[in-house]
Amino acid sequence: MTRFAPDIDRWLNTLGAWALAVLWVLPLAYAVWTAVHPAAYEARFDLFAPLTADNFAKAWNAAPFSRYFLNTFILVTGILACQLVLCTLAAFAFARFRFPGRSALFALVLLQLLVMPDILIVENYRTMRQLGLVDTITAIALPYVASGFAIFLLRQTFMTIPRELDEAARVEGSSYLGLLWRIYIPLAKPTYLAFGLVSVSHHWNNFLWPLIVTNSVNTRPVTVGLSVFSAVDSGIEWATINAATLMTSGPLLIAFLLFQRQFVQSFMRAGIK
Amino acid sequence: MLRREWIYGWLLLLPALVFLFAFTHLPAIATIWHSFHSTPRGRRPARFIGLDNYEKLIGDPVFWKVLGNNAWFALGTIPTSIGIALLMALWVNDRLAGRAAVRMAYFAPTVLPLIAVANIWLFFYTPGFGLFDQITAALFGWPQSNLLGDHTTALGAIIVVTIWKEAGFFMIFYLAALQSIPVSLVEAARVEGAGRWTIFRRIIFPLLMPTTLFVSVNAVINSFRLVDHIFLLTGGGPDNASSLLLFYIYEIAFKYWETGYGATLTVVLLALLSALAIGQFFLFDRRIHYK
Repeated sequence: MTRFAPDIDRWLNTLGAWALAVLWVLPLAYAVWTAVHPAAYEARFDLFAPLTADNFAKAWNAAPFSRYFLNTFILVTGILACQLVLCTLAAFAFARFRFPGRSALFALVLLQLLVMPDILIVENYRTMRQLGLVDTITAIALPYVASGFAIFLLRQTFMTIPRELDEAARVEGSSYLGLLWRIYIPLAKPTYLAFGLVSVSHHWNNFLWPLIVTNSVNTRPVTVGLSVFSAVDSGIEWATINAATLMTSGPLLIAFLLFQRQFVQSFMRAGIK
Repeated sequence: MLRREWIYGWLLLLPALVFLFAFTHLPAIATIWHSFHSTPRGRRPARFIGLDNYEKLIGDPVFWKVLGNNAWFALGTIPTSIGIALLMALWVNDRLAGRAAVRMAYFAPTVLPLIAVANIWLFFYTPGFGLFDQITAALFGWPQSNLLGDHTTALGAIIVVTIWKEAGFFMIFYLAALQSIPVSLVEAARVEGAGRWTIFRRIIFPLLMPTTLFVSVNAVINSFRLVDHIFLLTGGGPDNASSLLLFYIYEIAFKYWETGYGATLTVVLLALLSALAIGQFFLFDRRIHYK
């Protein structure tokens, strides 16, 4: 009896874990199923229903998705590039220099983890209007380029790099920026990868602020494009909407499937304080 | 030498701080300032109206409704998603057949845009031929339901979607924490004859407290920040039954263009977030056992 109890326990746990996994994947699987079958099967499950790519073609032609994708691509890479430059410099300053006001300024940086730009939509919209930037991709990006999270994460990584290394480089006549470029940045590569994945998926997925600050096809990212697409009450079939939904999340999902391990590890690393 | 370090430090910080102040700190202060002003309209500029906006707030039934919704939303999403996340992490951290696949299944919703998630679930909730109605009709023979259109179930339907989206994300943090717990500790307890439940309650759970704090602060912030799916699922309706504070701010400021009142509502949101974060920190800090 006692010999078998752990087996039963393990068995039940495996069962529970799998049941939850199926439950978790079901919505996604169902969306995929409807998207690759003719609209007639969207509410009728039939294992032998014919496969089709029509829904994707229909969705692609029904809205300017190529433009939306281009906008999102520009947005996501632009934000990431700015974040990497600005936040690396700031993190380096916090990690390696002593100057008056350092801890107070760092507290102000951390405050952004609580008061995210997502919440300050009213005031940020006012600022964008004053700057004449409403309905530009720049306006979507600006509030996010100085990421408190990135500064915090990079600072933590930089602090673990032994001082002896930069003293050695200083003796050899390296400048501060040379030090950053040749020692700190290469050693922090895993952190950069982690932050890069978090940043790209976050801004690819962002919706509220882009919705507010954009109002034309030329600036809208895919998330806003998708919402415009599916909000139309023009009797677009569910199969088509689901195809559009999968298209907009497709690149991230494919990246996730390919880099699953790195993805999960990067989020883990991002979580460790 | 020392002076040069100062200048270097400030110069390196300058670019990031300019943006940080321009889009986070100054707007936060400006929000407070503008909450005491009327909304500018046409040629009529904003004028100082003191506490009028706050009086309006107190007398605004929709505001109280939305605040109550947000409280229910937080209560509904935070403990459940954290609990499920912990369970997921414990399972996935264990030896388990097909562990990688299970972990992927749990985490996948996190990668999707919330607006896309909403689209998928909108399809499920559709009265008549949505998945829910099909399942309940086939299993129990229930009549057609309108989960999103009924004011008693709309918020609950939104909560379910949020939990589905968030649990996998929180799981990752628990997984990281679980892997940092020394195996020897658990083995020692096992040698002493402690069962799985005792080990979890006495060793693992206390050691996970810092992670729980981190995750719960995140969950609290998210419960005020995540409103994307409301846009597609219910639009805050019916009769504001599923509207949340940030969604209401959006409606007031960008649908009715009452930016003054919108600022006042934002002040409430900021105050709530700060109070909750501070409260949470002190409450949890005492109970956490750091290594």
